[in-house]
Amino acid sequence: MSLLDVTGLTIRYGNNTVVDGVNLFVERGESVGLVGESGSGKSQSAMAILGLLSAGAEVSGSIEFDGRQVLGADERWLDTLRARRIGIVFQDPMQALNPYLRVGIQLRQVLLAHGLADARSADARVTEMLARVGLPDPQRQFRAYPHELSGGMRQRVMIASALIAEPDLLIADEPTTALDVTVQAQILDLLEDIRDNTALLLITHDLGIVAGHCEHMIVLEKGRVAEAGPTTSVFASPRHEHTQTLLSAALRVDRGAAPEPVDGRTLLAVDEASVRYRERGGAALEAVNDVSFALRQGETVAVVGESGSGKSSLVRAVLGLVPMASGKVVYAGEPLEGPVQHRARAQRRDLQLVFQDPASALNPQMRVQTIVEEPLLVHERGMPSNERLGRVTAILAKVGLSDAFLRRFPHELSGGQAQRVAIARALVLEPRVLVCDEAVAALDGSVRKQVLELLRNVQDETGLSIIFISHDLAVVRSISHRVLVMYAGRLVEAASNEQIFSTPLHPYTKALIDSVPVPDPVVAPKAAPVRGETPSLLNPPPGCVFHPRCPRVDDTCSVERPRLRDSGGTRVACHYPLDN
Amino acid sequence: MKTVKVTGSILLAIAVAAIAGPWLSPNDYVTTNFNAILSNPSIDGARWFGTDDLGRDLFVRTMLGIRVTLAVAIVASIVSLVIGVTYGAIAGYVGGRVDAVMMRFVDTLYALPFIFFVILLMVVFERNFLLIFVAIGAINWLDMARIVRGQTLSLREREFVEAARLTGVSTARIVFRHIAPNLIGIVVVYITLTIPQAILFESFLSFLGLGVQEPQTSLGTLVDAGVGHMERASWTLLIPASLLAVILLCFNFMGDGLRDYFDARHGQ
Amino acid sequence: MLRYTLLRILGAIPTLLLVIALAFLMVHAAPGGPFDAERRLPPEVEANIAAKYHLDEPLPKQFARYLGGLLQGDLGPSYRYRDRTVSELIGSAFPNSLRIGALAILFALLVGISSGTYAALRQGTLTDRFVMGLSMTGISIPVFVIAPVLVLLFAVKLQWLPAGWTSTESVSRYVLPVITLALPQIAYIARLTRASMIDVLGRDFVRTARAQGLGTLRVVRVHALKPALLPVLSYMGPAIAGIITGSVVVEEIFGISGVGQQFVRGALNRDYTLVLGVVVFYATLIVAFNLIVDILYAVIDPRVRYR
Repeated sequence: MSLLDVTGLTIRYGNNTVVDGVNLFVERGESVGLVGESGSGKSQSAMAILGLLSAGAEVSGSIEFDGRQVLGADERWLDTLRARRIGIVFQDPMQALNPYLRVGIQLRQVLLAHGLADARSADARVTEMLARVGLPDPQRQFRAYPHELSGGMRQRVMIASALIAEPDLLIADEPTTALDVTVQAQILDLLEDIRDNTALLLITHDLGIVAGHCEHMIVLEKGRVAEAGPTTSVFASPRHEHTQTLLSAALRVDRGAAPEPVDGRTLLAVDEASVRYRERGGAALEAVNDVSFALRQGETVAVVGESGSGKSSLVRAVLGLVPMASGKVVYAGEPLEGPVQHRARAQRRDLQLVFQDPASALNPQMRVQTIVEEPLLVHERGMPSNERLGRVTAILAKVGLSDAFLRRFPHELSGGQAQRVAIARALVLEPRVLVCDEAVAALDGSVRKQVLELLRNVQDETGLSIIFISHDLAVVRSISHRVLVMYAGRLVEAASNEQIFSTPLHPYTKALIDSVPVPDPVVAPKAAPVRGETPSLLNPPPGCVFHPRCPRVDDTCSVERPRLRDSGGTRVACHYPLDN
Repeated sequence: MKTVKVTGSILLAIAVAAIAGPWLSPNDYVTTNFNAILSNPSIDGARWFGTDDLGRDLFVRTMLGIRVTLAVAIVASIVSLVIGVTYGAIAGYVGGRVDAVMMRFVDTLYALPFIFFVILLMVVFERNFLLIFVAIGAINWLDMARIVRGQTLSLREREFVEAARLTGVSTARIVFRHIAPNLIGIVVVYITLTIPQAILFESFLSFLGLGVQEPQTSLGTLVDAGVGHMERASWTLLIPASLLAVILLCFNFMGDGLRDYFDARHGQ
Repeated sequence: MLRYTLLRILGAIPTLLLVIALAFLMVHAAPGGPFDAERRLPPEVEANIAAKYHLDEPLPKQFARYLGGLLQGDLGPSYRYRDRTVSELIGSAFPNSLRIGALAILFALLVGISSGTYAALRQGTLTDRFVMGLSMTGISIPVFVIAPVLVLLFAVKLQWLPAGWTSTESVSRYVLPVITLALPQIAYIARLTRASMIDVLGRDFVRTARAQGLGTLRVVRVHALKPALLPVLSYMGPAIAGIITGSVVVEEIFGISGVGQQFVRGALNRDYTLVLGVVVFYATLIVAFNLIVDILYAVIDPRVRYR
């Protein structure tokens, strides 16, 4: 008898079937990956297992846990199942933990509710659990509120709360999606180490995580099971078309041909740019510190970094959306300065931006046609309306959208279509530099692949230069000619795609690359390469900003700030660069 | 949307009655008749709502009261709309220090016992029709300013506004084409919720004898008069009181319904 | 926390000064003096009176004098009741207003929060709709309509309760005024509680608590109640203002000698110092109450203290 046995699970909301006849088994102690793109029904299935679907859901089929039927069971029995037999970790610990309660109290409630400890012994159990999930100084953290902890620490607390009642099954719903990649590696390690004999049902969109951490996997597509089986065999010989699509769209950080370097003339040069924000209370925050780089005609330069690295602030300053504290930018031989509204019309026309979240980047009250034609109204005042419409339809066709989309509103578009519209708006003026700020981060794998191809094609046709901001190294590897790595507001390494991925010189660059899960079960997952998390920019560490986390740290590092210097075509800021 | 339609129809019916009613009646609102003091509602002599303590026709007076009440509400709402939207939109769009100062001022005003100030105003400057309008509007703009400011602030941070700025779209166009259309929903909702507040306030002043002056009347004044005679002639209280309650109820339900409607649309 | 409290207290002072200045200016901007309303007085008498009430001094000096008195709890002499000070008048009337007001607030909180929570937990059911419909009615019916209707029903027709403020110290005389005053607040608090409880129950951390098998009661008590009551706490400032406003009507209708009644009489009698005194007194009360609410808010929501 399986620990968890789900057969024919179907979930409907009115006429909308979100889960359709799903079968799923989890044996004692094993780890199973539930994979799918957004809207595939993976989270809904998990909620159904815990009996937590909202009142409007119609559920049918069967969910047996340890031989007993969960569907239709009474709430009191379900409460004995939750946490005690099945623990769950949610995606975003900032939302999933109660901001008004100290974390220790939240964990304590689990023990008290299940009668696992009395009021006096509970606190000791909680402190011990906090220590097990790797919280430094657990006595003190017991009294912390969630907002006082870092993202990684919050997720550790979440895991502690899921495991404190020693359940038989742990459901982890995208447990690392809200985290930085180096922290993700730590959390995945922790999940492996701590769960012992607890079975794991890991829900994720990331094939790399499944490949490294699950024995079995189930692929969902639009609420149905597309394929299920041992992870190694599914990866080796996917039978279902959807699995094949997913696997072919999964990018690898560890291999792949680097795009040929571009030898154009320099189009945009950024010299020692700094960005400062003033926090409440007057403290200055150094978001970007003396960053220099150049962008050539027809080249894609990727800016890589985790949250707080300053990558977005850097390009926003270049574009004139936030003020630059010092430094200068030269575009096509002319200085580019001041806020965007004071810049020359031609300069504004030449530099365009694509945002991360297409839902927020498109005005909900405007139709696609109005959205795409607005830049023309500003820059081509005299253009007759039929010519304008022609330009709009042409650019929409180029991004793969037919005339039928002209009259649509943003909420009538899918995520991929909306991002295409945003790209069309950015391209309609035929700019020479396109800045993509995490432009594919919100997209599913298969759609992401198409959008990346679209960008590549446009570049080949028009010689567009692209600044590509991303936290995802696998994406960066596939698209960029050169890569800048940023950490805590500083440029730590800059090199060609080839050099960065084959011979990274900065320990942080290497850690970043090693942290990315590889979608290949044959490649054993690496242990988390670095500890800790990104420092606060309000109070950055002295010396090298990376030294508190660096495996190669030495006395010099904590005192002296390394300067960026050339080393065989790579620029690196490190006292002890890797020699590989 | 059903609630909105139902309440809207009721309000429209009341408004039409208030405008047309006095013409249909053979009586007027000033003529006193000391032979028919506090007489019961009856068909005779078209005393549909009876008479008051001076023998004046209560139907015509009630319809007149509704007119005044609705007029005050509408004017006050327009005043609060203009001040609140302008103030809130400026604070939200400009942001930063300007916003902080402007909102600090609103916070300060929030702490004032406004009702007392208006009463003070009424006492000091005699009872003035226009003053009532302006004073009520001047109180109600605070909520509107806060709501509009919050919405504008969040819209301004939205990426489509940034995209427009980047392309070179003029500030005027950003405000009118990008921000304003996204504000309409919430403004409409708050206007429908401001109207009953204004009505309540006007009738409160009139009830205290500080609002509309004789022989003019409003629903508040009528309720006040009705309270004095409720033991002998309960209809003099119940008719204007229930009409006032129905009007307020309709506006409140309408605002609620509109909010649900816009929330649902926003959720798409 | 201490710093936050001190900052809040400091922030309340300018508000208070502004209120006092505004009220003072308005009263002194009145066309004609306070005494020329009914009959012409000989000029020398007028000058005498002006001197007695310091009306001959320049406005800033009068204001400074007023503020100085205020610090000692002196609101000046009444223009109408020549032998009494405004402080005495308010002092004698306030106990009645306070008792009725405080009872009304407590009653409103008790009934409002419990019915709002109950409706939220049964969202969408008939009970929920009934409670919400009732409370919408409560919001929509003005106090001065509720009061006479209640009197008509319970005092005149059924004769269960006294219609006015009987001189005997009986509990029954409190019932109608307190209920009248509390009803709109009950309705508002119930709606507020329901909306915010529904919002909180939909948040992710409540889902977490439910996934931990805490059971509805524990989820509400431990996790949801505190955040759900924050909007109610914020509403306490306006609620007090509402109660004070309502008390004007209630005291008038039930014939209670409270501050509200004095205010209305003062307003109708053009007793400017009394009116000014009441405004200043109530403004101080509201500002102080808002201050307490702000500080309580920070105690409950740990994130506020750091802002």
